[in-house]
Amino acid sequence: MSQEVLDLVVEKVHGFLGEEVLAFEEPEPPAEEPEEEEKPARRKKPEPKVEKPADLNFGRPMIILDSKKWTLELAKMFRDDEELQFDFLSCVTGVDYEEHMEVIYNFYSTTKDHYLYVKVKTPRDNPSVVSVEPLWKAADYMERETYDLFGIDFPGHWNLRRILLQDDWEGHPLRKDYITDKKALGLD
Amino acid sequence: MSIKTEEMVLNMGPQHPSTHGVFRLKLHVNGETITKAEPVMGYLHRGSEKLAENFIYTQFIPYTDRLDYLNAMTNNYIYCAGVEKLLDWEIPERAEYLRVITMELNRIASHLVWWGTYLLDIGALSPFLYAFRDRDICLDRLNEISGARMTFNYMRIGGVKWDAPDGWIEKVKESVKELRENIAEYDRLVTGNEIFRARTIGVGKLTKDQVINWGLSGPIARGSGVNVDLRKTEPYSIYDRFDFDVPTREEGDVFARYKVRIAEMHESLKIIEQACEQIPSEGDIIHKKGARIMMIKPPAGEAYTRAEASKGEIGVYVVSNAKTKPYRVKLRRPSFVNVSILQDMLVGENIQNLVAIFGSLDVVLGEVDA
Amino acid sequence: MMDLIWIILYAVILLGALLGAVTYAILFERKVIGYMQVRPGPNRHGPWGLLQTIADVMKLLMKEDIIPTAADKKVFILAPVIAFVPSFAIFATIAWSENIYGADLNIGVLYFIGISSITTLGVLMGGWSSNNKYSLLGAIRGVAQVISYEIPLVLSIIGVVILVGSLNFRDIVFYQQEIGMWLIIPQFLAFIVYMISAIAELNRSPFDLPEAESELVSGYHTEFSGFRFAFFMLAEYVYAIAISALATTLFLGGWLGPAFLPGIVWFLLKMCLFMFFWFWLRATLPRARVDHLMGFGWKVLIPLALLNIVITAIIKVWMG
Repeated sequence: MSQEVLDLVVEKVHGFLGEEVLAFEEPEPPAEEPEEEEKPARRKKPEPKVEKPADLNFGRPMIILDSKKWTLELAKMFRDDEELQFDFLSCVTGVDYEEHMEVIYNFYSTTKDHYLYVKVKTPRDNPSVVSVEPLWKAADYMERETYDLFGIDFPGHWNLRRILLQDDWEGHPLRKDYITDKKALGLD
Repeated sequence: MSIKTEEMVLNMGPQHPSTHGVFRLKLHVNGETITKAEPVMGYLHRGSEKLAENFIYTQFIPYTDRLDYLNAMTNNYIYCAGVEKLLDWEIPERAEYLRVITMELNRIASHLVWWGTYLLDIGALSPFLYAFRDRDICLDRLNEISGARMTFNYMRIGGVKWDAPDGWIEKVKESVKELRENIAEYDRLVTGNEIFRARTIGVGKLTKDQVINWGLSGPIARGSGVNVDLRKTEPYSIYDRFDFDVPTREEGDVFARYKVRIAEMHESLKIIEQACEQIPSEGDIIHKKGARIMMIKPPAGEAYTRAEASKGEIGVYVVSNAKTKPYRVKLRRPSFVNVSILQDMLVGENIQNLVAIFGSLDVVLGEVDA
Repeated sequence: MMDLIWIILYAVILLGALLGAVTYAILFERKVIGYMQVRPGPNRHGPWGLLQTIADVMKLLMKEDIIPTAADKKVFILAPVIAFVPSFAIFATIAWSENIYGADLNIGVLYFIGISSITTLGVLMGGWSSNNKYSLLGAIRGVAQVISYEIPLVLSIIGVVILVGSLNFRDIVFYQQEIGMWLIIPQFLAFIVYMISAIAELNRSPFDLPEAESELVSGYHTEFSGFRFAFFMLAEYVYAIAISALATTLFLGGWLGPAFLPGIVWFLLKMCLFMFFWFWLRATLPRARVDHLMGFGWKVLIPLALLNIVITAIIKVWMG
């Protein structure tokens, strides 16, 4: 079920953009490792996760897009396409990876009963992701919150102001390089 | 001749009897008619998500209690379930049942508080005290199993903290009977009241499209005919083993939300009853590793998990980088999303309707501000 | 000279009695509502909480006198007085029993209605002068409500007046003695209209919109504290007692009753019945909405009261 939805989404996105942004070339499988004695598992380093632009994530379809490719029209396609109909925006959030930032949209379709994660990558300097607030009003507060805590700009949002922190707060606390002023907070 | 009138800016809150906490509404009113409403929040912001990044996984559980403090069990659950998803752990049977029973008891307690305070907002004094008397029955049971009345800290990653004390299941069964009678009686007491009906029927209408577009969930969505209850549509834990209905109504007004919540309490009672019958009498209550290890290290990955809290869809987005502390925890708080509709919904209403509408959204400010 | 002394003495005794009555009316209310809400009510001060209200009053009197900086001081100070004085003045005409009464006015009912309207002015002044938006909204609501509901209240009384042919309270009771039944029976419609509009007049639940706690914080007396607040509170309860005294006289035969109890006891018992009824409503009903309240007053109660007048007039002419 989820794999079908993923294939469908990939097909639609490629059809819309006219280029295969979600295609993924399998890296060459590493040469057969020499047979070694089994090491205790905990000493083994976790393998770096190879990110595929379109994949299943715990059974849920997930696609990764660049913020340049993410436009309001594409989002509108997600919402209005007959076969997709992602009408419910469940959650908007941001993650600060040290090298880039991501905005994650969790869509759900109340009519088709399927899910989609859309991860939009954006550079760390001047992060900016097109707002979907005109399409899903649910994004109103959640994008404001993401802006507030991460400093990601959402062009197209009608009222992008701080929401949880006070208006004159400096910095964006959930960024990894945010330095907590412990003195000011009385923690030190 | 026309009289020159001026719009007045009325600051409702942060300290106001019916904002249920420190919530502020900047209202532009013409007489008593609202022309513009601007919710202002953040007075209770504690930076829960930032805190989560500085704790090991297990340490963050008590902080989830403080989000929606009326429905802390589900918050506990959703965080643990989010981490368990990354870990891919099997939860022992008995623990799942204990989780369901406590969560449903807590849902009833939460709805009862809503019922009481909502009628207090509408202006009826007595239901508040009746509701709190019955809520205490739920809280007593939860107190016996978890040792706390509101901030339970009961769930653990991989199971639950305490097993049920002797005879607890029997006590719960008795409480269910008592609650069922009382809730039905309250329904008879209030629902037919002419003033109450005049205050609620046709007030604060939300269409199905509006509900979906604004991302509203829980009883608000079901009051507008959106048949989404994650316990049914996307059964998590062991909810697929129980026989219960999802009450929905088409009207979309305040009264519909009221009726949905009342019906939901009865459905929760049904679930508790069935769970009390099915629960295995013995067994582990926590995953073996969960009981032993404090420093949990989920493999790198990220997952969004959602569940049905009393206020709506609660979700947690956990990003792990295979270290002992979570890389990022995002909490999707239902009240935070639900409250956003206010700016759209209040325009054109008067102040009395505002109280009726705001109350019907069942917002907890601890959750809005995170 | 002797008359003057009597008048002053009567007024002083009445004031003392009223203050005591209000004190215990509040306790009575809290106890009644307490039992309806499955809780004991006040029970810490004195046996059965008998001293609770006295402690409350002491607290109010000893509190710091706060006048908000932005308030209109003169009006702010005057408002509680204007609200209280008329509520006390109307007691002059009440006839407690055959022999205990103040002024035996021929226009008793008219005097009662006329003077009691002044209280509204106090409410408006209080709300306006405190320079608080909630107070202002509360005062506007209060004035609109009281003025609209005064009309059905007066119209419902007119039925009684037509039947009796007098505005004198004692005459009204004597008439009921004469015809051998209380006026609640021939004037039942008027009684219903009177009871509903009286609740709105008193700003009591379910029509307590001017001081709706969950909406307007505390309505017109939000900014008042200490003894100024006490005055508003006092006016409210004294007025409640007055309205129930009026209802007793008009509809329940005043001091009439079986002879094993003196007339005044019957009078007070009937008053208590009305008071209890209002407390009962407060514990039971939610609050009505402004537009419903207004609509109900103008579209339902006034036509009903007018209908009652017409019917009464026809009966009166027909009976001769």
